[in-house]
Amino acid sequence: MTVCIQAADFDIAVEVATLKQRCGDAGAVVTFTGVVRADNGIEALTLEHYPGMTEREIAQHEAEAQSRWPGIETSVIHRVGKLAPGDNIVLVAVASSHRKTAFEAAEFLMDYLKTRAPFWKLEQRLGTTEWVATRDSDRQAVSRWRRED
Amino acid sequence: MTLLYFAWVRQRLGTGEERIDLPAKVRTVAELVELLRQRGGTFADVFSGSDNLCVAVNQEHAKWDAAVAPGDEVAFFPPVTGG
Repeated sequence: MTVCIQAADFDIAVEVATLKQRCGDAGAVVTFTGVVRADNGIEALTLEHYPGMTEREIAQHEAEAQSRWPGIETSVIHRVGKLAPGDNIVLVAVASSHRKTAFEAAEFLMDYLKTRAPFWKLEQRLGTTEWVATRDSDRQAVSRWRRED
Repeated sequence: MTLLYFAWVRQRLGTGEERIDLPAKVRTVAELVELLRQRGGTFADVFSGSDNLCVAVNQEHAKWDAAVAPGDEVAFFPPVTGG
């Protein structure tokens, strides 16, 4: 498992190739890419994060995913700094021997990333800036992964 | 103790980081919030409306009754919006 917080863009093909190599016997690779939307006239999106805690939080959830779905390999890249509509924000990639596992683990990682990893988005439109508020739907999405043990 | 502030908390307080000597009577996050609120001004504004504030103690999400001690790193921030 790897986690990388970076300003630079990523190349999905390169990341998938690396992940397949690390997994050894991958029968499935699922990738999710989050992209900056241009809705409501957004000119730019600036991502702030908590260095140190962000990496720890994501690594913890990758470890959790590996314990739930043994044998998977995971890679998470999250960009920070100023981004424009159409830019990539986040990549979650999961390699596994089977498709269902790869889909599930990728969704698990994204749901946790959105509700637990310390990132904050500042939207810029028409010269004004505003911090993005949390969505209830994201909080609900993560609740289905909770287990009592 | 190191205090860190992120996103609109940082912007409104005008600083992202400060070091304080933790008074011996302050033992929980809630007591630390009360200490900061008593500074008045924007600190009172930010730390009075605690509904929208999250806290991490030593880089782990925490609750208001979590213990704090000198040497800890305590961060205050709005609900996260990554991904």
